[in-house]
Amino acid sequence: MSQPNRLSGGLIDRSAELSFSFAGEIYKGHPGDTLASALLANDVRLMGRSFKYHRPRGPLAAGSEEPNAIVELRSGARREPNTRATTAELYDGLVAEPQNCWPSLRLDAMAINDKLSNFLTAGFYYKTFMWPAAFWEKLYEPIIRKAAGLGSLSMEEDPDTYDKGFLHCDLLVTGGGAAGLMAALTAGRAGRSVILADEDFTFGGRLLAERESVGGMAGADWAAQAVAELATLPSVRLMPRTTVIGAFDHGIHGALERVSDHLAVPAEGKPRQILWRIYAEQSLLCAGAIERPIAFENNDRPGIMLAGALRTYANRYAATPARRVAIFTCNDNGHRSAADLHAQGIEIAAVIDTRADAPDSDNYPVHKGAQVIDSRGRLDLKSVRVREADGTEHMIPCGALGVSGGWNPNVHLTCHQRGRPVWDDALSAFVPGKDLPPGMTVAGAARGIFSTHGALASGADGAAEALGIAAADVPTADDAPVSQTPFWYVEGCSRAWLDQQNDVTVKDVKLSHQEGFRSVEHLKRYTTLGMATDQGKTSNIGGLAIMAEIAGKSIPEVGTTIFRPPYTPVAIGAFAGRMRGKEFHPTRLTPSHYWAEERGAVFVEVGNWLRAQWFPLPGEKHWRESVDREVRATRASVGVCDCTTLGKIDVQGVDAAAFLNKLYCNGFAKLAVGKVRYGLMLREDGIAMDDGTAARLAEDHFVVTTTTANAGRVYQHMEFVRQCLFPDMDVQLVSTTEAWAQYAVAGPNARKLLQKVVDPEFDLSNEAFPFMACGEITVCGGLRARLFRISFSGELAYELAVPARYGDAMMRRLMDEGAEFDVVPYGTEALGVMRIEKGHAAGNELNGTTTALELGMGRMVSTKKDSIGTVLSKREGLNEEAGLRLVGVKPLNPADRITAGGHLMNAGGPVDAAHDQGYVTSAAYSPDMGSMIGLAFVKSGDARLGEKMRLVSPVTDLTVDVELASAHFIDPEGGRQRA
Amino acid sequence: MIIDHPLLGPRDSSEFVYLGDARMLDRPDPDAPDAARAFYEYGYLRDNPAGPHRELWFHEGGDRSWLVVTRDTVTHEITRVEMARDVARAKGRST
Amino acid sequence: MHSLTPITALGGAQPRIDTIAEMTLTENPGLALASIAARRGHEEACKDHLRALIGDVPGPGRSQLHDPEAAFWTGPDNWMAGAPFDTHEDLAAQLKARFGETASITEQTDAWVCFDLRGDGIEAVMERLCAIDIRTMVTGDAQRTVIHHLGFFVLRRDPADWLRILGPRASAGSLHHAIVTAMKAVA
Repeated sequence: MSQPNRLSGGLIDRSAELSFSFAGEIYKGHPGDTLASALLANDVRLMGRSFKYHRPRGPLAAGSEEPNAIVELRSGARREPNTRATTAELYDGLVAEPQNCWPSLRLDAMAINDKLSNFLTAGFYYKTFMWPAAFWEKLYEPIIRKAAGLGSLSMEEDPDTYDKGFLHCDLLVTGGGAAGLMAALTAGRAGRSVILADEDFTFGGRLLAERESVGGMAGADWAAQAVAELATLPSVRLMPRTTVIGAFDHGIHGALERVSDHLAVPAEGKPRQILWRIYAEQSLLCAGAIERPIAFENNDRPGIMLAGALRTYANRYAATPARRVAIFTCNDNGHRSAADLHAQGIEIAAVIDTRADAPDSDNYPVHKGAQVIDSRGRLDLKSVRVREADGTEHMIPCGALGVSGGWNPNVHLTCHQRGRPVWDDALSAFVPGKDLPPGMTVAGAARGIFSTHGALASGADGAAEALGIAAADVPTADDAPVSQTPFWYVEGCSRAWLDQQNDVTVKDVKLSHQEGFRSVEHLKRYTTLGMATDQGKTSNIGGLAIMAEIAGKSIPEVGTTIFRPPYTPVAIGAFAGRMRGKEFHPTRLTPSHYWAEERGAVFVEVGNWLRAQWFPLPGEKHWRESVDREVRATRASVGVCDCTTLGKIDVQGVDAAAFLNKLYCNGFAKLAVGKVRYGLMLREDGIAMDDGTAARLAEDHFVVTTTTANAGRVYQHMEFVRQCLFPDMDVQLVSTTEAWAQYAVAGPNARKLLQKVVDPEFDLSNEAFPFMACGEITVCGGLRARLFRISFSGELAYELAVPARYGDAMMRRLMDEGAEFDVVPYGTEALGVMRIEKGHAAGNELNGTTTALELGMGRMVSTKKDSIGTVLSKREGLNEEAGLRLVGVKPLNPADRITAGGHLMNAGGPVDAAHDQGYVTSAAYSPDMGSMIGLAFVKSGDARLGEKMRLVSPVTDLTVDVELASAHFIDPEGGRQRA
Repeated sequence: MIIDHPLLGPRDSSEFVYLGDARMLDRPDPDAPDAARAFYEYGYLRDNPAGPHRELWFHEGGDRSWLVVTRDTVTHEITRVEMARDVARAKGRST
Repeated sequence: MHSLTPITALGGAQPRIDTIAEMTLTENPGLALASIAARRGHEEACKDHLRALIGDVPGPGRSQLHDPEAAFWTGPDNWMAGAPFDTHEDLAAQLKARFGETASITEQTDAWVCFDLRGDGIEAVMERLCAIDIRTMVTGDAQRTVIHHLGFFVLRRDPADWLRILGPRASAGSLHHAIVTAMKAVA
């Protein structure tokens, strides 16, 4: 089919034809078209149904302020709801569907809502669906969501990727119209780094839509020439298809670049969109102005649009919504549209001007002092009813009506840090106020400078002032003064739309006032005016004006709501960027990871580390089989576990020992060189923070370990203590966690195994290297290593550290050399079982609520010295005798379960919170004990060993009879680890 | 936000970790007779000003310096950034 | 000579090399590293040793490119020294002997994975990864910042189309994935 409403000229590329579909019909368009312009060229005005009343709607505007022509763009998983047809760049194969209509766009069942409009006024939902409360979630909400709502989600995973990026510049220019181009030229010619961003795919702004000349050539040609020059300037970055969505703190701007939205599918490896964070020393807002409509009865029919948009479609896109058009205006702008359309061969049925002194025209009839008071047409506009100055009324047939109520400076970004625009009487519009985001200035129409020359000059001056450079020469252009006389709505109208996207009418605003909503913020929320995806760019002012009139106030007295980021809607995917699922979730691999993978290890994530949880052998069907075997084999002979993940912090300096004395509640000053000591770190409030060991390698050199999960936090805390509390201690800290592969070698044969890898000059005998010894050694013929004789399992155990790159080979060597002892690798589960059997506290016990006393380490808190947390650990409330104490728990019936999180109750008496005696923190099956065991905090627990209690877990419906025991289930005297 | 690091110049706040009120620098004397009360106040009592606030930030993704940042909690304007170590020394925390 | 065979941070026997468009990312296991932290009261003496070793004392955000040893600033009175691994695997011990009581020296060789990113487009790669102003960084600049929650160093080498990136060794795979993804996105 040909394009019946396609005009001559324009900035489209007629040499290429693009095929696209809308609502199942196939149409043709050209490169340079938007979906909306191509549809209009194809004589399609009806593009959607409204949100609440399901009224037929077509485009109101030609840009991103569009409230009506929103569609579901693309198909399948790429379907995107609520996309503005007025900004969707046409590409070959584009598929769009209208939304919010069923069964079809032309025959929409829910249009019945329009007949029920008397019931669906402002506050309808609040008033109607109040009671009973339970009905809301189950009944009302699902129905309302189905009936209202806009587009629908595909419910499939988005196949596209989104990038984030970071840019820096001296000057960010937002908007590439007359002002923005001159600003970029000014900055770029001076060699200053400048970013010019425009949401449009072509730079030029209104210059593309007008038939006026700049510098002796067509405005669009001048724009193209300026862009060509900017492209040659090395300090200029041109960013078309890029919307600056927000002005944030300290000159940081968010900008969304639509890299691939004009393509059917993004190129391989390329993102669909990039969310840029732009660090701008200065920013110049050149966002132009947005035309405002006039409210009259039934002003929302497809074909009724802004007069400036009609001009844009005709001049830039060579498209018109109809061949016979009328204009309704209160200012000269409407006449400009009429003249341009006439020049394009469109029949101007009438220009209806509210002003009695409106200018005449030779080319079309001008109705002075007249108003459009109603419209007709079921699915699109057929005629308008006009009331003449003398009060007579008559119909004028037309397929489209251009409406102009004047222009509003686009102040959106000036409000992003709570700046409020101020009223300008001469323009009858809000202009940017004084409280702009720091570093921002405004130029051109966004500042209320509406002439082309004024825009060019203010852009050049704005950039020059912001950067302290000279302004570029400004080309000649139209400089006629622009005045605006306000005319907001036609007297007596009721179902006259202000906010077409949220279906808010003049009647709703009046009702809201009548019901007592006097603040603009209340008006907005009660009527939902301006709360749709367009943020009321074309509607807010109209609502304010009507509210002001009803209240008998001026518009500035009523005040204004402010705009918030983002300027236009942003896909959630763009905010997520590459961070979807596991993607870009940093993973830390231990030095033995590849070896463990080969062994078929099952991994668990701990503090971003992947740790081997257990190592299943062929034939083992349940994880418990593997874990029990690993525990038994370690306790019987020897096992090896990768414990690289424990934080390791190098502490050096003359005051290193004094520093550790401050850090740990127990003393370190007297620790001998070559020895390791367990340390407990408290928070300043006296609660346990972390534990670990400190090994003294030299008088002025310690290596401190932290728990895996707390490594970062503890390091931060240590730097705080060092820099902020004791700034002149001579102590230096470096994290060395990843530098060393560290393996626990545990079990009765641990020494024998180590003797096979440690170089012979190092004596590992119990006398030479006793429990809690440490030292720098060499292994495997001269590789530097560290050895610590510490035990988490309770067995004879060592931790051996070698440089991380040799960790893989070291583990393989330990397995080879250990074969004669039937060595096993063990994972974090077996590690956990053995530490519970031994009664060692871990993260479950150091849970941010427990004290040293509760952990059974009360006596460790030194009374001879000050350390972090000492003073507050002595508080009365933390030292009650009836307080919680760490104990062991075992079931009376060995077959019963112990569950972490379960609470302990007295053997008799009520089971409720008031009688709670404590809770289980850790539980595991102990192969040695032949039953599950647990660690628990119980009131006065240390004095109640042997007492029978009940373990309950109402959540899992568990009640088990248990007995309190020492937390040291295995080798309580510690003979094994000292062997 | 951007924090103007005294040594490294303007840095994005994503490189930093926030701790809170800079009075955390004023750790009381543990040997003073009213130490318990002083530590209680130090540990738990904070002002919550709408306006300038001195607060501690840790440059975790940078040079690992603790900084004292004076930030207006209403406007986010940052008027001063100091090395916490220098501030601590000026407060007489040197041992 | 000991008998243990090293693997690279990415787990290979040989360093990984990725070439995308005009850019090459090379895993570089040939770097020995050690941190130098001046001890209190010995700051000037420590700097003298550093100057004697590499010719200058790099200030905040800078490195001193020098052979065989080089260093970059990592914090107040803190530097990271580097040298070829083949000849300086014992760099920390060498530095300890040189600096004596003036500095705390800590071996850092295997705390880091090193990548060399070279070629046309590397600035655009960095713009997709982190907030540093890569286009104003000149040869010798050394910045620390964050990529996807991973702290890392980026050093601008000579010639300027060569960046050296040091990230946490255990996260080598994640960092490599991030860089290669960005290389593909800008290629």
